[in-house]
Amino acid sequence: MTIKNRHMKLAHTLPFCVCILLVLWPLTSWAHVESGQAGGFVSGLSHPVSGLDHVLAMIAVGLWGAQLGKPALWLLPIAFPMMMAFGGMLGLMGIPVPGVEIGIAVSGIVLGALILGEMKMPIIGALLVVAVFAVFHGHAHGTELATGQNAILYSLGFVMATGTLHAVGIGIGLLHRWDFGRVALRGAGSLVMFGGLFFLWGALA
Amino acid sequence: MTLLFLAPQAALAHLVTSGLGPFYDGALHLAISPDDLLGLISIALLAGLCGARSGRLTIIFLPLAWFVAGLVGLNLPANIYLPWLSILSFLVLGILVAIDPKLHPKVVVTLAVLFGGIHGLFNGSALAAIGAGPLALSGIAVTVLVTAILISAFVVSIRLGWARIAVRVTGSWVAAVGMLMCGWLVRGTV
Repeated sequence: MTIKNRHMKLAHTLPFCVCILLVLWPLTSWAHVESGQAGGFVSGLSHPVSGLDHVLAMIAVGLWGAQLGKPALWLLPIAFPMMMAFGGMLGLMGIPVPGVEIGIAVSGIVLGALILGEMKMPIIGALLVVAVFAVFHGHAHGTELATGQNAILYSLGFVMATGTLHAVGIGIGLLHRWDFGRVALRGAGSLVMFGGLFFLWGALA
Repeated sequence: MTLLFLAPQAALAHLVTSGLGPFYDGALHLAISPDDLLGLISIALLAGLCGARSGRLTIIFLPLAWFVAGLVGLNLPANIYLPWLSILSFLVLGILVAIDPKLHPKVVVTLAVLFGGIHGLFNGSALAAIGAGPLALSGIAVTVLVTAILISAFVVSIRLGWARIAVRVTGSWVAAVGMLMCGWLVRGTV
């Protein structure tokens, strides 16, 4: 094997190895930490998955991005966590956003409908849709955040969990390459939409 | 020579009393300071995204600025730490990594020096407050150097399109953490 080939092979395998290392990183190795630090990160990690309405929307963003293709495939999962953090910032600051629970429910309905209908739109429009809904989700998280946690580790866990959910959506969205996959994705979109309707009913009741 | 090798020395196998020493204390400090680490990762990623020349200059000037500012911090009378400045530093760097602009190497180096200067000053001041000295600061600077080399070299070597996007996603995560930290700051829990 030539040196160039070895370098190329390393460049291909190194990211994979880093990912494996990260996945295997033992949380329990934080044996001696300041009070609340490990708890802060794990609490942050678990918060985005604490509500099915949040999980559905975050996965739906990944699914829709996969349907739209590049550059939406990676722009939407970049935009959502940032705008969600912006909404979280507003929630932490105590700045009110009207109709948060309704906005979250509507996000499921709209994103689900967009996936079901395989709706194509300009990237700016897609980013706008995702950004607006992300603010609602973030604001809800921001007002729910527990005190007594290590703020930066909590935030880090929170953002990483959100990004990972998008990645799950993108991974599922790769089914779009096949005919049966496109049908499956539309079916998933309908599930997200009905989930959103269910949550909207709960929010209005 | 044989006599020297045979001369008995304490093995110091158990470091409970001696510790790893101030150098490694300094190195470990960086590993357990998320605000320093997030910014360091971001500036190294940015340097790598902007090309090999930016990377090379950053790995020289970043640890140098960190060390020099740390020396200044060691000699300051009071413990200086401005949370808003620390948060703003990695928020801005995270945003830059996310948008992946084509910055001139001089701009990247300026950002690296600014970031290194700010956090070096805070680290030095904190070290002075606990009675640590330049050796601990050296540990920090060497860790900064090694981390910057590894990260920027990896980014420069990226050929796959999706890997570059993964770097930008990392930047967006750092920026997102920065925004949440701004909220925590206003709430008064930082």
